Amino acid sequence: MKVKKGIPLIDQHDKNGFYGGKFGGNYVAETLKKPIDDLSKLFDKCRKDKKFLKERDDLYENYVGSPTRFFKLQNLTDHLGGAQIYAKMVSDANGGAHKIYNAITHAMLCKKAKKKYICTDTGAGYNGKMFSMVAKKFGLGCKVFMGTRDIERQKPNCDAIRKNGAEIVPVTSGSRTLVDAVSECIRYWVSNCDKVHMGIGSLVGPNIFVKICGWSTAQISRELKVQLEDEFGEIPNKLKLINCVGGGSSAYGFWSEFFDYNKKHIELIGVEAGGPKNSKLHAAPLSKNSKIGILHGAAAYCVQDNDGQISETESCSSGLDYPSCSPIHCFLKDVGRARYTVATDEEAFSAYKLVTELEEISPSLEPAHSFAEAIKIAPKLDESNIIVVNSCGDSLKDRDIIKKRLGNYIR
Amino acid sequence: MKSQISLAFEKCKRENRPALLTYTVAGDNSKKKSLEILKSISQYADIVEIGFPFNAPTADGPQIQNSTYRALKNGFKLKDAFQIVKNYKKSRNAKPCILMGYYQMVYSYGENKFVKKCKQAGVNGLIIVDLPWPDNKKFAKLCRKNSITFVQLISPTTSKERMKKIIRDSHDLNYLISMLSTTGGKLKVSPKRILKNYFKIKRINKSKNMVIGFGITNKTIGSFKKADGLVVGSALCKGISDSIKNRQNPVIKLNKMVKVLKNKII
Repeated sequence: MKVKKGIPLIDQHDKNGFYGGKFGGNYVAETLKKPIDDLSKLFDKCRKDKKFLKERDDLYENYVGSPTRFFKLQNLTDHLGGAQIYAKMVSDANGGAHKIYNAITHAMLCKKAKKKYICTDTGAGYNGKMFSMVAKKFGLGCKVFMGTRDIERQKPNCDAIRKNGAEIVPVTSGSRTLVDAVSECIRYWVSNCDKVHMGIGSLVGPNIFVKICGWSTAQISRELKVQLEDEFGEIPNKLKLINCVGGGSSAYGFWSEFFDYNKKHIELIGVEAGGPKNSKLHAAPLSKNSKIGILHGAAAYCVQDNDGQISETESCSSGLDYPSCSPIHCFLKDVGRARYTVATDEEAFSAYKLVTELEEISPSLEPAHSFAEAIKIAPKLDESNIIVVNSCGDSLKDRDIIKKRLGNYIR
Repeated sequence: MKSQISLAFEKCKRENRPALLTYTVAGDNSKKKSLEILKSISQYADIVEIGFPFNAPTADGPQIQNSTYRALKNGFKLKDAFQIVKNYKKSRNAKPCILMGYYQMVYSYGENKFVKKCKQAGVNGLIIVDLPWPDNKKFAKLCRKNSITFVQLISPTTSKERMKKIIRDSHDLNYLISMLSTTGGKLKVSPKRILKNYFKIKRINKSKNMVIGFGITNKTIGSFKKADGLVVGSALCKGISDSIKNRQNPVIKLNKMVKVLKNKII
């Protein structure tokens, strides 16, 4: 089992949709076999279609705004006194996070499939917000499934979703977070797959959704590669790319151009949500060695109890608060191409605090986990090391949580 | 040797009526009560389907979800499902029994161990909602080896070509999902259209029994008398929810409900 060179990682699955022979697949109800098959065929056709690609690139450039900025965090670097720290400001993207890339592709596919409605899940609310934006742009009806716990804690994004004319469907089952939102969204699709297009908001779900999402977010690393060459004249030879991992969509996008490099040359570090320091609950199936489980159509490392029930997770960041993760990250973990670790809620908050005090940026609590790892390792490295953190979301959505936790929220 | 499931269908055919299949969730609303319910409704049911709860179901409607969460809240474990089947099978009225659930529970338990446990407990058939053909080929074979019927699902979205392949690989029982819906949805297609589709599929191989499920209630069941068998699930799960709400005994309530259903198809 290893990463093949020269082939996009999303395409390195077998005929049944498994990466490394065991991660991923298509564990879905019979009813969804055909819609998934149709979508797979449509996507295969569109990704080769020059017109489709041009339309997408135009949207990425003019609607999302590309490239998103890349610059050095000089104050943070000086403060920590070690490796040089850079940020890739994916939060510059229209809407404030990387979720816009995947949403655009899904809206385009929805149009191509001649469907008038689109549905999706959301945790942090960013995916829901982006789907509501593109739905409005493309003239599609849009339903966003969201756990009631997340509706409470991510109000700014909920307001945006509603303002765009999309409907938020509150999900009250289970832990009332992303996991339940995804289940409910899939259930809705089972009942309405003839009229409605479903977009899953991360690099998870049945194989085709993993592929569409990875194909879309890959824009991030295409930009980064050019920006690295512009800044350093070449790809630096001690480079570390740090990204938070919930489902793993931004991490895949951030890394996709760099899998073929030696890991000593470019180290890929994924940071999962460790949850509150004193809690047993977490959302870190990769770093805490969870067993493989089947959730939302795919086999992946998954937080579960001894009986196979999916366990509750806990994290201050809704976007990382998910018990499973992408089959692609499971594969990257097993082949040793990426390293996965955790940051606790406390570490994420203090990273947020430090970064916002020193720099003119304001990452959301998801990338705050990535900054926490950067802050941990930078002082131990010398300045020949380049750390790039994907600041994949803007903190505005976390306004209330941050205010409650740190006393104030200043933008 | 014919399976008990096939024998149950033969008996119904002799009586010139469809088989009545019930679905209830193991452990709803307690282990003890769910066993009592099974024993009680077996007075009228021909085959009992028993759900083993999973907390992230992607094809269940609200009624079955409620039953599932009730069972899990009461501390239900997978081993309890086997125990319930085992005890049920010892009862006087015991009927063939089909376990139904999601693949994660099987995967986590281990396929071999799961099927072996089923066999020991006396399970006659298995439905794994999210293990569609052809991904289920290996597991279906394992079931067959252990004399357990692996029930294949067919839905309104299944293409003719795919149906043929599924039916070719199927055991003695297939399950037609009546419409695009999670379980327990309101019947949004006319029974006439569902039956038309049903007989089209039946023609592929008449020797295999096929039941219809999803949206079957005491209001609709009478329209499907020509099918080999009919599954009622969500309506019964709702019956349990209602009886808890009204402080009634769910055993008596379900017995009455299944009696009414049976009367509508004889």
